[in-house]
Amino acid sequence: MSKSSALNLTEIAQRLDVSLQVEFTFYHTHELAQTILPLARADQEFYLTWVERVASTHLEISHQFAQRGAELIARMDKHVLEAWLIHAMDTYDIDGLFPAMKIIRNVDQFLHSAHERTAGVALTAQRGVLLHFLQGLSGRQLKVNEGDAAYTDGETVFLPAFVAMFPHVDDNFKLLKAMAALQWAQTRFGTLRLPLQDLIMEHDDPQGFLALFHALETQRLEACLQRELPGLYRDMLRIGTPHSGAAPDTQWRDIVAPLRPATATAEHSLALAQSLFGKVAPPTPRIYQGELRPHEVLQIRLARIEREKARLKVALHDLLTEQAAKPETAPPPSRFDMRETTDPSVPEGARMELTLDDMPVAPPEGVKNLLTSIMLDFDEIPPEYLVPAGPGEYDPRLLHDEEPNADDVWSGTYHEEGAFLYKEWDYRRQHYRKNWCAVREKTVTAQDDGFYANTLKKYATQLRHLRRTFEAMRDEDRLLKRQLDGEDVDIDALVEALADQRAGQEMSDRLFTRMHRADRNIAVCFMVDMSGSTQGWINLAEREALILLCEALEHLGDRYAIYGFSGFARKRCEIFKIKEFSDPYNSEIKNRISGIQPQDYTRMGFAIRHLSGKLLAVDAKTRILITLSDGRPYDYDYYCDDYGIEDTRRALIETRLSGIHPYCITIDQTAHDYLSHMYGAASYTVLDDIARLPYKVTDIYKKLTT
Amino acid sequence: MSLRVLKPEENFIAIEPYYQAIGQEIAIFEAAYTQKLPILLKGPTGCGKTRFMEHMAWRLKKPLVTVSCHDDLTASDLVGRFLVRGGETVWVDGPLARAVRNGAICYLDEVVEARKDTTVVIHPLADDRRVLPMEKLGQLLEAPPEFCLALSYNPGYQSVLKDLKQSTRQRFVALEFDYPEAAIEAAIVAREAAVDASVATGLVKFAAMTRNLKGNGLDEGASTRLLVHAGKLIAVGIDPVQACRSAVTQALTDEREMLAAVNELSSSIF
Ligand SMILES: Nc1ncnc2c1ncn2[C@@H]1O[C@H](COP(=O)(O)OP(=O)(O)OP(=O)(O)O)[C@@H](O)[C@H]1O
Ligand SMILES: [Mg+2]
Repeated sequence: MSKSSALNLTEIAQRLDVSLQVEFTFYHTHELAQTILPLARADQEFYLTWVERVASTHLEISHQFAQRGAELIARMDKHVLEAWLIHAMDTYDIDGLFPAMKIIRNVDQFLHSAHERTAGVALTAQRGVLLHFLQGLSGRQLKVNEGDAAYTDGETVFLPAFVAMFPHVDDNFKLLKAMAALQWAQTRFGTLRLPLQDLIMEHDDPQGFLALFHALETQRLEACLQRELPGLYRDMLRIGTPHSGAAPDTQWRDIVAPLRPATATAEHSLALAQSLFGKVAPPTPRIYQGELRPHEVLQIRLARIEREKARLKVALHDLLTEQAAKPETAPPPSRFDMRETTDPSVPEGARMELTLDDMPVAPPEGVKNLLTSIMLDFDEIPPEYLVPAGPGEYDPRLLHDEEPNADDVWSGTYHEEGAFLYKEWDYRRQHYRKNWCAVREKTVTAQDDGFYANTLKKYATQLRHLRRTFEAMRDEDRLLKRQLDGEDVDIDALVEALADQRAGQEMSDRLFTRMHRADRNIAVCFMVDMSGSTQGWINLAEREALILLCEALEHLGDRYAIYGFSGFARKRCEIFKIKEFSDPYNSEIKNRISGIQPQDYTRMGFAIRHLSGKLLAVDAKTRILITLSDGRPYDYDYYCDDYGIEDTRRALIETRLSGIHPYCITIDQTAHDYLSHMYGAASYTVLDDIARLPYKVTDIYKKLTT
Repeated sequence: MSLRVLKPEENFIAIEPYYQAIGQEIAIFEAAYTQKLPILLKGPTGCGKTRFMEHMAWRLKKPLVTVSCHDDLTASDLVGRFLVRGGETVWVDGPLARAVRNGAICYLDEVVEARKDTTVVIHPLADDRRVLPMEKLGQLLEAPPEFCLALSYNPGYQSVLKDLKQSTRQRFVALEFDYPEAAIEAAIVAREAAVDASVATGLVKFAAMTRNLKGNGLDEGASTRLLVHAGKLIAVGIDPVQACRSAVTQALTDEREMLAAVNELSSSIF
């Protein structure tokens, strides 16, 4: 059979049997196979691959897809379909089966609106772009999230997961962008400053009134956008104009004309809505109009107002203290104020500037953002906000986004607050699981039991040798002689050269001395396996190795950090701080090394990702990540076999791409063949004799860096 | 066409370089110059520091010697060294020594990039001794009253390791530079790039958007320099969105999503 010819019924059914595990699930794969029998080979493969990938996440979701797959392939662009499925799987990861199934079923809804093959746009794929886009616009720093419609609560812009109104991807993206911009405009041009929740309740038909106001306000905001972002507005006009030749609402054009000048405010829209309500039906909503949800706006606003007031007053207190400390400011400054300065780059044509005793002060970024946000809520900075207050006057919970204690988080409920979230590679899906691992940092409890002194005694000879070798590796300023070029003339060389010349020989041109400047700019991070399997000899060898290493590195002067890692399923990934880059090597650190104790399982990907981040934050020419582990990755939830190997491999590739040099040391009695695959991106060593570890680690480090 | 070859100390600036003053910087520079105080220019990249120095050199009618510092620049590179010519050693002055001898303005650009040992020669020049130690000659070169030392320093993105030492920065009169207010920046762009006011205002608005993204995915927002570049492309007929893309966006980031977002921002304006 040629490769390109279509699969037959049996072949398809066989593959579906395996993917959907019919032995247990009893799905009727024969019927499913019928649906894709007529498809071209490429489409069949697409279908089967995705059934298999989705099944690795959840069989039921996959089965749902399998039932509709043939039809979807016929009608949808493959990229869209993929984005859709990934989105469903991500939703499953985060919110569970029910919401994920809803997404799969909603494909119907989507298919109804799309009559032709459609190239839609998934929010997941564009979220980062839209987020940066909104943050580039002036005003409050908004967030972007998925919602059941386009709306905003004043801090987050919610957008539909999927937009497929137009046949072209570009237009669908423009629609999504227009939706986002219009929601931004509501926060920026005063729509949300109105007490809408109360206002609409004054009417018998609150929703009807809201709809009218929203339609009118949208027209005002469009005019704002036309002034502020003319390029965007052109696109909005184009995609907003019905293709079907339906006449535009000319009746409304004149009615809303007063809302178009720059002087029009949300109050004008409101007044117009009040005068028209009950007399005319609202104009047809724009396709990018979205919804107004006054209740959600109100909730968020109440919390924000209280929080920002506290934060501003405390920040001004700090600013005042800082200004007063400057020697040139006498007498001490006292009064903050706001003053208007012209600025044609903002729509108002003016900007408010903070002053201290009538002199402008440049507030730190955080204070600037607070002022902007408060301005959006009140159109001014209320005078009492400008009175500094000590932090003691407020509930600390108002002042800082909470950071729960790592141990508390796990004491009861299942949640991810305060953790670093990392993606993990799911090789069956061929995609990352987003925000999959919840990682927390703890500190190893120091243990003062003479371990350090004993280790020094035990390895006394070795240590003397180590110190000497590492001292010799030290990069120090030294004078290089007989250089072609340099700061000074090498007198010896010159005398010799002149003598040669007299003797009729050719004169050397290596006549200079040059200072070689120390440039050994290395930062190294050690990542030590603290899984349960290291119990006993391995743990002891690891600790001894770390002591020897520290002793050697202290002589060398390279910057180094040491962390332990262990995992207990994805929600409990732990990084144990032993020595951070900024920590000096002192008795606390020595006792922490002594206190390293085996914990749970071996999950490596998150640790590699987390510690790579730490390394990248250090300013160094060369960055090295050295992992020390005892064999195969293995964790409680399916992080074993290929899954764990593939994720570890992936994390190492990411690390390498970011410019870090990964190096892996594995303690293993038998060399396994998976190692070369898993450590593909890294260099590695396998140690079969545990007792050699303490000698080996320093040795490897030396070879690696000379 | 023949190119002019200049010795650094002959670099008199004949035609007034256009410089739009933002605050009191011209007066302060002149005052410091008269009082023989060294000057430190602080500010982000592309905000007019170099242009300001050229303008001041023109104003004070003094030659301008500029040294761009890099991480291999040593004290000898500044002061000078011996060379061997025909079996004889000859001393050759470095740019700093030439500037001192000739009473020029010496501008050390991005001074934190240089090797630490350069501070050894800068310090005695920058306090009231005003001498340049020429260790290898065993001489101290005294600076004439016309000589002026200016350093530039971008406090923004450098790491703590490259922070200017207190003992250095406390020797200088500091002038703080930043991107000017929108109206002024637009005037600068309009004039430098020969574009009309509406294009210039659009570019400045775009710059403000990218500056909003500083710390939120961008290390730096667009500098005045980049706006001038974009304006120059527009002036010869390149479409503004395309000009922003090539002259500004690509210079700011390589990250795919950020590139796309910044392009969306510029296409929203024009
Ligand atoms: N105040 C100003 N007056 C006139 N032109 C200016 C002004 N500010 C910036 N420019 C324009 O911006 C361009 C870049 O300025 P300049 O080269 O002086 O930047 P810089 O601060 O020295 O940057 P870097 O730190 O990267 O060297 C100038 O060529 C000029 O076109
Ligand atoms: Mg410059």
